[in-house]
Amino acid sequence: MTTAEEHKSSGIGKDLGVYFCLLALAGLQFAIAYQNIGASQMFRRMLAVACVEAGLAALFFMHLWKEKRGFLLFVAIFTIAVLLGMQYGWTDSTRMVVGAPFSK
Amino acid sequence: MSQADSTLGGHAAGLTAGPAFSIPTKKLAMWLFIIADTMTFAACLVAYGFLRNGSVDWPRPFHGIANVALMTLILLTSSLTMLIGLRAAQAGNKIGAFRWTMITAAAGTLFALLHVREWLRLIAEGMTLFKNPWGTGLFGASFFSITGLHLTHVTGGIIALVAVGVRYKAGRYNADDIEVLALYWHFVDVVWMFVVPLVYLLNLAH
Repeated sequence: MTTAEEHKSSGIGKDLGVYFCLLALAGLQFAIAYQNIGASQMFRRMLAVACVEAGLAALFFMHLWKEKRGFLLFVAIFTIAVLLGMQYGWTDSTRMVVGAPFSK
Repeated sequence: MSQADSTLGGHAAGLTAGPAFSIPTKKLAMWLFIIADTMTFAACLVAYGFLRNGSVDWPRPFHGIANVALMTLILLTSSLTMLIGLRAAQAGNKIGAFRWTMITAAAGTLFALLHVREWLRLIAEGMTLFKNPWGTGLFGASFFSITGLHLTHVTGGIIALVAVGVRYKAGRYNADDIEVLALYWHFVDVVWMFVVPLVYLLNLAH
């Protein structure tokens, strides 16, 4: 069965379900924005919701779930590894805000 | 058969063994583009977060969520209409696929217009690339860079939607081309899911 035939065989019902889930999660992000919590906690909650949203969209809207498991792992591991690699600068960002000098 | 011939034959067999991961070449190329573009957007968003975290007077210029909520709703809905268009194309319904692709393009255009309206409002309030009335001037550069990069992707997507839709209707493209385009459009939607909380919702003026 080709990819196109597989897509044809499943209905629009699942797509609508994922769409409404994404709408609800987007609404949750807006609700978090009005919570009386600190910026860092708000950021962490919103990022968690955004990651769930992105996962749902990639798996079901972009049909990553129906691809070969090896490809799914390739996309997931490669992307997550590089994204984690970009996080090295946060400590320096905090150093800037407290005005600590550069190390010599 | 010489050793050279057998070596060449081995290489040729490797080159024609079929697409990687059994995915059509165009689709694989789009996925590789998406992965690379994810890195571009991630670098921009991490740099934005770095500057925001390191600035004590980061501006909070957004007074309400109505505009960004409407933009989010439109972009999410355009992903659904793109999916409906793809399903129509895979079912061989040319008119339906063309219609839904054009509806998606219209939704993208509406999103872009709302985005430009947001920009014009901020510019009218005195925000430029290097200064603004509320706090550090870094905000303008980072805001316009991230949202501008996303708006560029949306604009490119709208042009591609119209071009591919018209060629699909004319019989020059098939459902696989619509699928590749749909991947791009969903990616633009996924990026927006991260731009909204970081750039807009964390900077609401309470």
